Amino acid sequence: MKHLLSVTDLDAATATGLLDTADRLKQALLGREVRKLPTLRGRTVVTMFYENSTRTRVSFEIAGKWMSADTVNVSASGSSVSKGESLRDTSLTLSAMGADCVVVRHPASGSAHRMAAWADRAAVGGGGESTGTHTSIVNAGDGTHEHPTQALLDAATLRDRLGAIAGRRVAIVGDVLHSRVARSNVFLLATLGAEVVVVAPPTLLPVGIAQWPCRVSPSLDAELPALDAVMMLRVQAERMHGSFFPSSREYAVSYGLSQARAALLPDHAVVLHPGPMVRGMEIVPAVADGPASAVLAQVSNGVHVRMAVLYHLLAGAPE
Amino acid sequence: MNTELLITDVRPYGGDAVDVLVRDGVVAELGAGLDAPEGASTLDGGGHVLLPGFVDLHVHLREPGGEESEDIATGSAAAALGGFTAVFAMPNTDPVADTAVVVEHVRRRGEEVGLVDVHPVGAVTVGLEGAKMAELGTMAGSRAQVRMFSDDGRCVNDPLIMRRALEYASALDVVIAQHAEDHRLTGGAQAHEGVVASRLGLAGWPATAEETIVARDCALVREAGAALHVCHISSARTVEVLRAAKAAGVRVSAEVTPHHLLLTDGRLTSYDPVNKVNPPLRTAADTRAMRAALAEGVIDVVATDHAPHAAQYKDTEWQAARPGMLGLQTAFSVVVHTMVEPGLLDWRGVARVLSERPAEIGRLPDQGRPIAVGEPATFALVDPEAQWTVRGAALASRASNTPYEGMRLPGVVVATVLRGTITARDGKVQT
Repeated sequence: MKHLLSVTDLDAATATGLLDTADRLKQALLGREVRKLPTLRGRTVVTMFYENSTRTRVSFEIAGKWMSADTVNVSASGSSVSKGESLRDTSLTLSAMGADCVVVRHPASGSAHRMAAWADRAAVGGGGESTGTHTSIVNAGDGTHEHPTQALLDAATLRDRLGAIAGRRVAIVGDVLHSRVARSNVFLLATLGAEVVVVAPPTLLPVGIAQWPCRVSPSLDAELPALDAVMMLRVQAERMHGSFFPSSREYAVSYGLSQARAALLPDHAVVLHPGPMVRGMEIVPAVADGPASAVLAQVSNGVHVRMAVLYHLLAGAPE
Repeated sequence: MNTELLITDVRPYGGDAVDVLVRDGVVAELGAGLDAPEGASTLDGGGHVLLPGFVDLHVHLREPGGEESEDIATGSAAAALGGFTAVFAMPNTDPVADTAVVVEHVRRRGEEVGLVDVHPVGAVTVGLEGAKMAELGTMAGSRAQVRMFSDDGRCVNDPLIMRRALEYASALDVVIAQHAEDHRLTGGAQAHEGVVASRLGLAGWPATAEETIVARDCALVREAGAALHVCHISSARTVEVLRAAKAAGVRVSAEVTPHHLLLTDGRLTSYDPVNKVNPPLRTAADTRAMRAALAEGVIDVVATDHAPHAAQYKDTEWQAARPGMLGLQTAFSVVVHTMVEPGLLDWRGVARVLSERPAEIGRLPDQGRPIAVGEPATFALVDPEAQWTVRGAALASRASNTPYEGMRLPGVVVATVLRGTITARDGKVQT
């Protein structure tokens, strides 16, 4: 594995391998006084975030640090980006400084793909100057395209809680159209053998979703009793004004995870949310903080999954 | 100065081989075994196909203001090498071609370069802003003799402004060329709204945004008694609207670009913005519909929408990249590949869609004429058998944003002749 750009780069064996590595790293750190493994000593990981983020950025940084990598954070504001530098130039600059891995979040779909193409070409000096470094690119969220490590940490959480992913039924609820989390999850969960159900108002369903490996359902209530997990998506504030649905109240009534709705879930079912949560609209506090919720487990699994990703990219997958 | 040219062994419209004697820019004799008058220059036609010079209703030459991507000299060279003898330069320059001063400048620069007739297209509205009609009459009456107006790149979205422009144009014998895109339906759009863009997370440009504007404009032009030309149609559904309008006698014509005849949104998975264009590349079913409609005549012409962009505007993330692709030097080859080889068009048909109809629509009396005695000696001499490999860096345009990079295509333009003067020959511009 050279880059992690999309979950479609991962077949079931590779994805399972990453989850297994994450588990092993989690066990290795368990109960340790000094949470530090020497695995990536001397390697440099740069996080480059063109959008605001708390959990993803910190999660990658901690993952790098626990593996003894040197981690450097770059943000769009306060860097040469604010002077008008192009993504290509910033990306190649980081490569030329010797970044072994660049973790990127960017508002444009496909940015990580472009950076990988530039990095690969520049590593060998294809038609121009060489950076001298083979930089791996990790997509930490590109526009409305994908967020592969989120899907991996969701898979890790589901596997923990449900014992397995294959054969489990998972609903993804909300703004699928604009969600990179939904895209990564639908395809990764399907690759891992889950049965995926998507529930959303028709205005927030992507064109051609009938060709995705999932089923579309108009009714959350009808699905809840047979689910093993339900994943609530964030509704971005700007969507409220785009005529996608009449009001946040009506949205909450039809698609919000209220206590009454949560009660329809089987006892073993898990509630996931990628965060940040809009409490009240998508999910009520009693459910978000309740016993079925795995929201915080998602966050802690995120560190281990990202450690596994860095490990596989920079040190190679273990045999 | 020698004003005689003997072109030997050419096959007009792919027919029997003849020689063509040109005197003072006009065909003086046409027949087998003509002798070269003393002092005449000669062009060995090599048994290739002779067509009337191509006319492109839709190019962006970027001058004034965008010279880092193209200028009138480099764009004219690309045109001549592509077999074109007349091009219509769109007004989205800086400053916008919305006054007589700018259109006259473009016309004059074209004449100074002298490789191809450069006809400036005037803006329909001031600054392409869609709000206030530009001085169509002044531009039409200027030395530039503007005959086509368009806000290309943007749609004249306001139905009242479009109606008034059509009505006003009807008295000037000019044509309004519409970039059909309802901007309310394409806000933030990055790619054809379909399965591919949806999976890639690229905001969709729905085909209905084109279809609805074309339907609306056909209704408007019918009332106004004017002439409407629809730029770069891209969707199968728009073809159905046009077919119905034409059957009802509406004065509407339409163009399709070479890239919408050949390329599909399947190319987008690399996110390489060389494939980004407006309207976007659509589905294979759409390209099939474009080809069939062009063969049938529902779509009148092929126009390139030649849109050079310097590397800094293209070698970026998808969303930041400017839409558009080079087209002048690859248009003929794409037409051979998509239309001639499958038997959808013969050489008469190619002459129709690349020369005769565009000259009619653009109101050019001396282009797209028959190959006959007394007619202008304005030709494209083409070798349909030869193949070539497209290399953006080797094209005459200043920019190199061709989507056909590395592709092997059939059909080579051997020579281009504009009123008896050879403008391009064997891949080199004749200056």
